[in-house]
Amino acid sequence: MQILTINGFRRVVDMPDETPLLWVIREQLQMTGTKFGCGVGLCGACTVHLNGEAVRSCQTSLADAAGGEITTIEGLDPQGQHPLQIAWLKHQVPQCGWCQSGQIMQAASLLRKNPTASDADIVKGMNGNLCRCMTYVRIKAAIKEVRDQMAHGTQAMHGKRKEA
Amino acid sequence: MSDNRALDADRTAVDRRRFLVGSIAAGAGLTFGLSAIPEVMGTAGEALAAGNFSPTVWYTIDRGGIVTVHITKSEMGQHVGTALAQAVIEELDADWNDVRIDYPDPAARWGLMVTGGSWSVNNTFDLLSRCGAAGRLALIEAAAKMWGVSPGECQAANSRITCKGKSITYAQLVSTGKLDKTYSPDDLKTIKLKDPKQRKVVGKAIPQLDIPAKVNGTAKYGMDMFVRGMVYAKIARPPVRYGAKAKAVDDTEAKKIAGYQQFVSMPDPTGTATHYVIAIADNYPAALEAARALKIDWDLGPNKDVSSDGLLEHAKALVADSSQGLSFWDVGNAAQVLPTAAVKHEAVYITPLAVHAPMEPMNCVAFEEGGIWHIYSGSQFQTRSGPLCAAAIGVKPEQVLIHQVYLGGGFGRRLEADAMVPALMASKAIGKPVKLIYSREEDIQNDFFRTLTYQRLQGGLDAKGKLVALNQDVCSAWATKRWGIEAFLSDSTDKKGKLDSFSVNGADSWYSIPNHHVRAIENEQAQAATPAGQFRSVAPAWTFWAVESFMDELAHAAKQDPVKFRLAMLDAKGINAGTAPNSVGGAKRIANVLRTVVEKAEYGKKKLPEGHAQGVAVVSSQERATPTWTACVAEVSVDKSTGVVAVHKLTIAIDVGTTVNPDGARAQVEGATLWGLSLALYEQASMRHGEIVQTNFDSYTPVRMANVPELDIHILNTGNYPSGVGEPAVTVVSPAIANAVFNASGARVRTLPLTPDRVKAALKA
Repeated sequence: MQILTINGFRRVVDMPDETPLLWVIREQLQMTGTKFGCGVGLCGACTVHLNGEAVRSCQTSLADAAGGEITTIEGLDPQGQHPLQIAWLKHQVPQCGWCQSGQIMQAASLLRKNPTASDADIVKGMNGNLCRCMTYVRIKAAIKEVRDQMAHGTQAMHGKRKEA
Repeated sequence: MSDNRALDADRTAVDRRRFLVGSIAAGAGLTFGLSAIPEVMGTAGEALAAGNFSPTVWYTIDRGGIVTVHITKSEMGQHVGTALAQAVIEELDADWNDVRIDYPDPAARWGLMVTGGSWSVNNTFDLLSRCGAAGRLALIEAAAKMWGVSPGECQAANSRITCKGKSITYAQLVSTGKLDKTYSPDDLKTIKLKDPKQRKVVGKAIPQLDIPAKVNGTAKYGMDMFVRGMVYAKIARPPVRYGAKAKAVDDTEAKKIAGYQQFVSMPDPTGTATHYVIAIADNYPAALEAARALKIDWDLGPNKDVSSDGLLEHAKALVADSSQGLSFWDVGNAAQVLPTAAVKHEAVYITPLAVHAPMEPMNCVAFEEGGIWHIYSGSQFQTRSGPLCAAAIGVKPEQVLIHQVYLGGGFGRRLEADAMVPALMASKAIGKPVKLIYSREEDIQNDFFRTLTYQRLQGGLDAKGKLVALNQDVCSAWATKRWGIEAFLSDSTDKKGKLDSFSVNGADSWYSIPNHHVRAIENEQAQAATPAGQFRSVAPAWTFWAVESFMDELAHAAKQDPVKFRLAMLDAKGINAGTAPNSVGGAKRIANVLRTVVEKAEYGKKKLPEGHAQGVAVVSSQERATPTWTACVAEVSVDKSTGVVAVHKLTIAIDVGTTVNPDGARAQVEGATLWGLSLALYEQASMRHGEIVQTNFDSYTPVRMANVPELDIHILNTGNYPSGVGEPAVTVVSPAIANAVFNASGARVRTLPLTPDRVKAALKA
C-alpha cells in the first residue's frame, strides 16, 4: 500500500512497490492522459513530472514515486491553459496526439529549468520524445514561441507553484 | 462516440434509392441522407465501394440549429473530420460555430468503412459538397413556401435564410418539423456547386476540431477505455512471426505471480495468427510477467528458418524467371525493343522490411453485453475487421460492434484486426471483459510489415539519349491479396490472372515511354513468413524509389541534365493527357511541380557550401487514378570517410488540386516528408529464423527531432479537384536524397535505407 500525491490529490494505491508508475496512473487510477509508448524509456510518451522534474513514468517505480509530488498532463494547468498548451493550439501541433502529453510535459520541464534555452538546447532536451506523425517542426516552433514570450515577459510559466 | 445497436431498424428505415431530406422521427432533427452514387465517389474508391455503399446519413441539423456532421473516416491525426465538415458546411451555408462532428458506430448504411490510401477527401468531397448544397436548397424552399416567395429570391448565409427584409434561422426552420423534400441521385448531380471564388469555409485554415482534446489529455483512444470487471490479457508470442502452434503450456511459474488468473490456448480460425497462448491477470504488469513465465512447447511451423537475406535471394530468382508474375502495365513492346537499344542500362533496387510502430501500441478492449460483442480499438477498416472478429468467435457479423475511438497513429497499421481477434476470443473463452495491450516489442515484431521489395529495372536509350524502352519487375509480398477480398485485386493486362495493384502502383508512371512494361511478382515466401500490411504511402514508396533513382541513372548515361531528361518525357500526350476529375492536365501538372521545385530550391543555380549537392525526384502517388503531383529537391552532404549522409534541406512542391484545409494539408505534407526521410536513412527491420530482429526504439529508429532538416514546402492550389495529401510526399524523398548523395559523392546506393555502410560500399564500387 502506497500513497501517491498526483496533481495535488492524495491517492491510495494497492499494487506491488515495483509496479511502474505509468500503469498505476493510467490503468489503476484511470488518468489516461499519460500514455504508454515503449515501456523502456525510449520514447517519452509516458513523461510526467516528479517533484518538478520530467521523468519517464514507465521507468519510475510506485515506491520511488510515493512521497513525491507527481504532475500529469491533467494537472499541468488547472484549466489546460499552460503557455505551452496555448502555443500547441496556436501552432496546431498534434496529429494523432498520442505522444503529445509527453511532449508537453517534457517541454514544460525543459523551459522551467532553462527559460532561455537555445534552439540547440530545445532539440537536445526534446530528442528523447518520439513523434511517429513527425510533428517535430511544430513542436519546436511552439516551444520557441513560449521561450521568446518568457524572455519578453509576456508570459509567465505558471503551474510552477504546484511543483515547486 | 455514440452507441448504436438498433442498426437493422435504421437500415430499413432509409430508402435505398432516394436522397432523403426530412424531419426524422419524433422531431429529433433534420437529417440528410444519400444512397450510393459510385460515379461521384472518385476513381480509386469506386472498385472498392461498388455495390457496397448503402443509404446513409451524413449530417443532422437539430432544432437548436447545431449541425452535426457524421464522420465515418477514422481520426488518426489527419484531422479528417474537420476537412469533411468544411465540405458540407461550405455548401450548406451554415455558421461554422454551429458545427459539431461525431464518429458514429459502424453500420451497413455508412457503406465501406476504410480509412487509407489518401482517399478520404478525394473520394467524398464532391458527395459531401452536394449533400450540403441539397440541404441549403431544401431549407431555402421551406422558407420561400412559408413566405410565399420564390426560392430564387431568398439567400442563405450563416445558418439563416433571408428575403426582402424577412429572416429565419435554420434552427427555426427545423423546429417547424415540416421539412420533407427528397432528392434523387440524379437531382443531386444537377445541383450547381459554388464557384470556388465564392468559398468561405473550404480553403480556410480552420483550427482542427480534434486538437483541443489532444493537448489536455482528454482525447480517448482504444487503450483509454475501461469496463467494469475487466481483466488484462497478454499474448505469449511464439519465437516466429507466423506459423507456430503451441503443443503444451505449463503455467506452474505463472501461478506464483500475484494477480495471475489463468491462461487460454487456442488456434486462430481467421488466420490472423496461427495460435494464441494468452495470460490473463488482474493488471497489465502481472499479465506481462505471467506471459513471460508460461512455459510453452511450440511447434515452430514452416517459417522457422526464413531470413530477410533468404527472401531477397528468392526474389532475385523469381525476377530472373520470365515465367513468373503478371503484367501490370504494358505499352508498346519493351521486350522486343530493349535488346536493340543503343545504350542499355540495368539496376536492382531493394527496400527492407519496415514496421509501422504507431506511438499507441496495438490494443483492444472487448466484452459482451446483451448479445452484442463490443470492441473499443482504433480501426482503419471496420468493414473487414467486424466480420473477421465475428468469424473468430463464431457469431453473426451484426453481433460485433467496433466503436470509434481516436487512433494513436494509423499509417495503415490499424487496417488490421490482430489485437481485436485475440481479445475477443479471450473474452469469450473466460467470460470476462478483456483489455489486451501489445508491448512495444510485440507491436514491432508482430507488425504487418511494409514488405521487403526487390526490383529490377532495364532501360534502353536511343542514339540521341531518348528513353525508348523501360521494363520494371517488382517482386514483393502482396498485402492486399492477404486480405482475401477479391474486389481489391486487379486483372493483369493480358487477363491471365489477378494481381495486387497495391504492390506495384506508381510503376505506371506518367512519363511518355514508347515501350514500357511492368511485371508484378508475388514473393510467396515473404507472403507466408512476413505477413505484409499497407504501410503509409504503400507501393509508390518503393516503385518511385526505383523509377526516380533509375531516371537519374539514365540521364547520366544519356549525358543529360536529370531535370531536362524528365521534362522531355512529361509531354502530357496520349495516355498521359489526364482525365477528369482527378488527373485533369495529366503530366503537365507533374512537369509544373518539377519546374516549381527547381525554381524554389534554385536547383543547379544555388551556390552550395563545399561538399553539398542537390538531387531531384518527382512522383504521381498514390495511384494513377488518384495522382497527387509531388516533386522534391534534397540538399545533402556525404562524409566520405564514415559514409554518413547529412540531409540539410528538403524542398517540396505538391499540387493537391484544392486544399480544403490548407494548414491541415501542410501538416500532412510536413509529416509525410519526414516519414520519407525516415525511410530513406533510418528505418530498417530484418528477419532471422522466422522472427523480426528489432524489438524497440533502440533497434528500430524512426526520425527524431535532431534528424529534422530545413523543410521548405510549397503547396500548389491549382483549383483542380482535391487529391489526397497524407501519403504522396513520403514517396518522393528517398529517390531525391539518393540522387543527391550520388551528386555529392559519386556513390549510387540502390538499397534503402542509405546507411553509412552502404554509402561506403557504393563509394568503393
